[in-house]
Amino acid sequence: MDIRLNQLTMQFEEMTAVDRMTTTINNGELVSLLGPSGCGKSTTLMLLSGLYKPTSGEIFFGDKNVTRLDAEKRKIGMVFQNYALYPHLSVLKNIMFPLRMQKVPKKEARERAIEMAALVRIDHLLKRKPAQLSGGQQQRVAIARALVKKPKLLLLDEPLSNLDARLRLEMREEIRRIQQEVGITAVFVTHDQEEALSISDRVMLMNAGSIQQDSTPQQMYKKPVNEFVASFLGNPPINLMTVERMEARQYKLENSAQMVLLPERLNHERVRVGVRPEDLYLTDKDSGLLSGKVLHIETIGRDTMIRLKIGNTSVRALVDPKHQLQTGDICTLGADRDNIHYFDCDTGERVNVEKEAQGDADTADVEEYA
Amino acid sequence: MAKEALSKGTIYLLLTLGAVFMVLPFLWMISSSLKSPNEVMAMPPVWIPSQLNWDNYSEALRIAPFDKYFINSVIVTVLSTIGELLTTILAAYAFARIYFYGREIVFAVLLGTMMVPSEVLLIPNFVTLSNLGWIDSYKALIIPWTASVFAIFLLRQFFFGVPKELSYAAKVDGCSEFRFLWYVMVPLAKPALITIALLKVINSWNAFLWPLIVTNSQEMRTLPVGLSAFTTEAGIKYELLMAASSMVVLPMLILFFIMQKYIVAGVARTGLKG
Repeated sequence: MDIRLNQLTMQFEEMTAVDRMTTTINNGELVSLLGPSGCGKSTTLMLLSGLYKPTSGEIFFGDKNVTRLDAEKRKIGMVFQNYALYPHLSVLKNIMFPLRMQKVPKKEARERAIEMAALVRIDHLLKRKPAQLSGGQQQRVAIARALVKKPKLLLLDEPLSNLDARLRLEMREEIRRIQQEVGITAVFVTHDQEEALSISDRVMLMNAGSIQQDSTPQQMYKKPVNEFVASFLGNPPINLMTVERMEARQYKLENSAQMVLLPERLNHERVRVGVRPEDLYLTDKDSGLLSGKVLHIETIGRDTMIRLKIGNTSVRALVDPKHQLQTGDICTLGADRDNIHYFDCDTGERVNVEKEAQGDADTADVEEYA
Repeated sequence: MAKEALSKGTIYLLLTLGAVFMVLPFLWMISSSLKSPNEVMAMPPVWIPSQLNWDNYSEALRIAPFDKYFINSVIVTVLSTIGELLTTILAAYAFARIYFYGREIVFAVLLGTMMVPSEVLLIPNFVTLSNLGWIDSYKALIIPWTASVFAIFLLRQFFFGVPKELSYAAKVDGCSEFRFLWYVMVPLAKPALITIALLKVINSWNAFLWPLIVTNSQEMRTLPVGLSAFTTEAGIKYELLMAASSMVVLPMLILFFIMQKYIVAGVARTGLKG
């Protein structure tokens, strides 16, 4: 069942939480709604669930317009950040609850609940109360409860945010496994980019109520459509600098004397340049992009992060630790043309300099990334 | 360590003193209930009766229809407690979870009524009931006491503490609001409900002024009111009054011993005396 949103809008008094959102979620896909807090991602989920009704716009489940349909009639399962298990009921009774509400006979409900518990691997905990379980186990129960009635759509609202780092990683893989095993369409809300990028078939990055970019995780990382997307994704964050054209391909970095050579096709007087720290490498002066004084050196895992000061701008780069660098050294950084992003100073939109502007077509290598 | 032992000793001493002062009237009551009429008024006071007059108890039961009073007390206590729990659960849920126009104002007005001393309400309530023709009936004893703003407030606060997601989850699972209230909220609120019920039972069992005012006939009297039967024109028969009083407090004492844990927790929760 495909899910289609058409001009979906949700207003709370003065605030527009979701602004004319239009998209389609394909059958069997796991889609992440990613964005900073207050961007409307949770509201979108509440609209999909039917717990909120939109101010305007439509929601289609398959061919059916469900915009005004109540939550209980939409055949959805939902998982919450705080698990929302019924504290006074045992694990088994929690999982049976949705079936009992549908008046499924007790015996059948029990069998289906046990079957679902086995799928999420908590069938040894059936008699426990939620308070006697770890966070990860509670979330498994919540997933089982959401899936037991065989919903058409699974909605997950920051399901991993209450778990500690290690469990989060484990549960992330588990959610992916369960989702694929059941073959259910799922929408996953998170503010954690790593989570969104690793788990999903597709990511919708939202800001201020509207989708900024809707693409595969890799595409979003490699070809951010605007400055917001570029700066939201990546850790350490992307370096963004403003440059001004002096002559032909020569651009001057704002607030410094540094000249940068940029491609001919760019053809902008002022432009924002973005380069991810991991795309920068140490090079010699001639083929370099930027050079400056090393301000700070930090070893993070297998990489070394350096911070250069160029005029008033500081630039982060992840470099090979085999280079013997010291603070105060002058060094030159280079980057491949494909890894340099340009954004319009006024609109923040991406400025394409490739020969053929590539659309969202290159989805072939998603699997590799996920 | 020495200091700690000292402060602990002081605490125990104070608590013991407090306990003695609390228990003394009860002991005096029991002691008096076994005395002869002369000993009751004797000066200096006699603590241990020279002879245990168990007859006082049968005499007390013979003078007034205590069986009838007891049944009345039980009926009034049980029904008004059930009634209060029902209205409290429904009202608290509405005030905590259902959005309706003017909700906060209505609730503020309700809270405001808590500031009115109950004595002030005696007359208007009496007038209302007499206009309804309810005087000297169970209706008069029970119905005015089936709602408590304090209980609504207490339960509403408890309901606020229940995460919203729980009702979302229930709704998605196809559970109606009414069903959610009884299947999920009420079981969750059990500690608060037990507190409310216990306070209600104690208050209802001990209520004196209201039953005295709205009942005329012996048929409708409750135990605390019934005790006044020993106040005659010739004076008060203390030994019989004390014997009857001992019997009246007994059910509450038993209740206290069984539910001690909940009563203590309840008093701590509400910050009020029982």
